[in-house]
Amino acid sequence: MKLKPWRELEEGAVIKNVPTSLKYKTGEWKKESPLFDSEKCTHCLLCWLYCPDFVIKVKDGKIYKFDLDYCKGCGICSKVCPKGAILMKEEKI
Amino acid sequence: MKTETKKIVAKTGNEAAAYAMKQINPDVVAAYPITPSTEIIQIFSKYVADGEVDTEFIPVESEHSAISVCIGASTGGARVMTATSSQGLALMHEILYIASSFRLPIVMIVGNRALSGPINIHCDHSDTMGSRDSGWIQIYCENANEVYHTIINAVKISEKVNLPCMVMMDGFIVTHGMENVLILEDEEVREFLGKREPLYSILDLKNPITVGPLALYDYYMEHKRSQVDAILKSKKIISDVFEEYNRKFGLSIPSFIEEYFLDDAEIAVIAMSSASGTLKEAVDLLREKGERVGILRLKITRPFPYEILRKKLENLKVVGVMDRAETFSTMGGPVSIEVKAALYSLIKRPLIQSFVFGLGGREFSLEDAIKVFDILKKINKENKLEEEFIYIGLRE
Repeated sequence: MKLKPWRELEEGAVIKNVPTSLKYKTGEWKKESPLFDSEKCTHCLLCWLYCPDFVIKVKDGKIYKFDLDYCKGCGICSKVCPKGAILMKEEKI
Repeated sequence: MKTETKKIVAKTGNEAAAYAMKQINPDVVAAYPITPSTEIIQIFSKYVADGEVDTEFIPVESEHSAISVCIGASTGGARVMTATSSQGLALMHEILYIASSFRLPIVMIVGNRALSGPINIHCDHSDTMGSRDSGWIQIYCENANEVYHTIINAVKISEKVNLPCMVMMDGFIVTHGMENVLILEDEEVREFLGKREPLYSILDLKNPITVGPLALYDYYMEHKRSQVDAILKSKKIISDVFEEYNRKFGLSIPSFIEEYFLDDAEIAVIAMSSASGTLKEAVDLLREKGERVGILRLKITRPFPYEILRKKLENLKVVGVMDRAETFSTMGGPVSIEVKAALYSLIKRPLIQSFVFGLGGREFSLEDAIKVFDILKKINKENKLEEEFIYIGLRE
């Protein structure tokens, strides 16, 4: 992303045109990624409830996607899963 | 000119400040009482209780909260004021920077008082000099009359530049000393100030914004530069607002500096606040003897009016700078150091002697003021400084 020169900043460091968080892909930070096994999953949605970054996407009560653009790799989903359906795997660079 | 409507009343500095606040009728006042500025809020809260103002008065549990509430209210677009002194201002310190970086107009009246320790309730400038680099506009008033008029101007300046502004008066000497104050009518004050037009408002639900984001090494420096730009631009606005006020009401309230017999002076003293009154008396006595001495009263220190100082001081031989605060730099007080820095780029410049006086409320007498001029005359005669700084009124 191109950084702005000082004259182009909003006065008072205010951010307009909110929300801007969707553009900020925090998934670039992660060291580990969740590996999801849909066979073991019972769709209890504990992982969805606990995920701090809204990574786990649900439709009609079922998990259909992990949006890894916003996953920081914290592993909370893996910890709370009662069926061992989510394993944390090291990211290969 | 509307001189016929003006009234002269007897008021202390604190009363004059509270009266100005009443006429300004700010939207929000959040404050915590502290000596010697307690009375400002005490009197103002009575105006609130008696229904004489529409202000939302928020009594808080500390100065840290007081300034935080002021920031919250100002981000919503409200006209906001507060008052404090000494330790109270010190407790606000971390929040002062937030107010200025968010570009929030807030007018804070400060009764100057020494910082601990040892604990002391009397006047010196160590409190506001400690907040010198927080990005606020700083105005030091000489007497109660000037406090009244400057507060009204400060509201307009603060809201035009979108920067917070401190208006200072000497603790007890001015806060508690009764003087003649020439007051305007309520309507005149309100008409002069008009409505605040905020840069942004968090209460504007149609245009949501984020206030107070994180800016690390990628943006922090750019934001500081933009704050410098704001305070640079404030110089013209400050002069214009005072000029408009003086023209409208037929007054002569100085903006950046006040001159007293400076034009043909060989020797001058730079002083701030109430001490300049004592020095003016000394100038009167010395002028009677035909001595070419004068005073430059420095009223605004942020933004620092270095261009004016260069112009006014370049043809003088010796300049003394009076500081009512210590820096522990072993070079004297803060103002003297800045005056030296301001004049350094001049090819021909006066000798500058730093004086420290009046710390913790120590009396500054007429004899002391004459002594200051005697020392400067000796320096002029010998054309050299002997000491980096001189303490006036100190027991040796």
